[in-house]
Amino acid sequence: MTDQIRLKNVFSTALELPINEVDDELKYNADPRWDSTAHMILIAQLESEFDVMLDIDDIIDMSSFHQAKIILQKYNSDLSF
Amino acid sequence: MNWQNLLTLPVYDLARNEKQSIFSPALLTLAKHHYQHSDDYRAIIDSVYPDFLQRGEVPALAVRLFKHHLLKSITEQEIFRITTSSGTTSQQVSQIVLDKENAMRQQKVLATIMKQWLGSKRLPMLIIDHPNVIKDKFSYSARGVGIQGMSLFGFDHTYALNEDMSINLDAVSQFFDKHKRKKILIFGFTFIIWQYFIQQLNELNIHFDVDEAVLLHSGGWKKLQDKAVSNKEFKSELNHVLSNTKIHNFYGMVEQTGTVYVECEAGYLHCPIWSDISIRKKSDLTEEKSGIEGIIQVNSLLPSSYPGHSLLTEDLGVLLGEDNCTCGRKGKYFQVNGRLAKAEVRGCSDTQS
Repeated sequence: MTDQIRLKNVFSTALELPINEVDDELKYNADPRWDSTAHMILIAQLESEFDVMLDIDDIIDMSSFHQAKIILQKYNSDLSF
Repeated sequence: MNWQNLLTLPVYDLARNEKQSIFSPALLTLAKHHYQHSDDYRAIIDSVYPDFLQRGEVPALAVRLFKHHLLKSITEQEIFRITTSSGTTSQQVSQIVLDKENAMRQQKVLATIMKQWLGSKRLPMLIIDHPNVIKDKFSYSARGVGIQGMSLFGFDHTYALNEDMSINLDAVSQFFDKHKRKKILIFGFTFIIWQYFIQQLNELNIHFDVDEAVLLHSGGWKKLQDKAVSNKEFKSELNHVLSNTKIHNFYGMVEQTGTVYVECEAGYLHCPIWSDISIRKKSDLTEEKSGIEGIIQVNSLLPSSYPGHSLLTEDLGVLLGEDNCTCGRKGKYFQVNGRLAKAEVRGCSDTQS
């Protein structure tokens, strides 16, 4: 499984979104399903899938699917999205 | 206002003169911003406080106004979220209009303040509440919102209570076992921690050996005024059931989310750099001397999308000093004594649903 697909799967499960709706246009709070409750669920699932522990500021800054890729790569430069 | 610069200021390091040289002009600029962008704010200023802003004075609005009016300094299209003080229907709730920028700023400032007390690493987090308090996304109470906001500082979020408010001993014991010898974060509302955590553990005669914990609590006693205990008693009883736990109360309100006032080691609430308080006499609302109880006024630089930058609360408190707390932090420090008698019992975080 590519990192891109792993990431899409996590978003899809955590935000309860069909996988084809997970793309670079997906933004925090722009979609009603990605609210603050779902955000913490998403963070927990990203951390377990990619085995990272995000900093507080990165949790606040992770405001889009696109941003999530950039942030995760900061923790693990081997990831390719 | 240049928030990029403002956000880099140290939270508790600037003494009075330094702070005021930044804070006062910024607050006045903010007041003028709202005068320009909020019709309601302009109407209030023009009718009740004419010429105040020209003279460089920023009058405080009664916090109650936000319960009766949707005050905003942005257009309908710019509204990102409206936060309310409570999910109950029996009482009037405050409605706070936020745009994206203001919502984000609240979160950043809250994070910056909390890091001063918790460190910059996220900690295993025990929440003294039941998990369903945040389940219903569309109608969760102020309690849910508070827990949500604090969740950011933790991981492995574990709820200590069952839905009927009985203690979930298995979950709590497992949590303490799993995170032995680690620093942990515990969060909950004051009266819930007291009634459903401390008292239940006491009755069961159980206490936990914790290596290092920080417990943050907020919200006061609300409708349980008659059961309220002193801060000192709260702390000593809590340390009876949990060892090695540092306890910090914090004071804040939905009308100025972000700028919270955290209790220091000496037991006093501290103003962060982005907000300030003053104490007003009940009789004529002029400024009260330090050491004497009055009504708490809170000024904050955060509100840009609604005119909540200067508010007269319905809380009573005492200013204890400025720049000279024994804990070493600069700025004003104070204590909150309770609610104004005439105020309705406020519906913030006090719903047990």
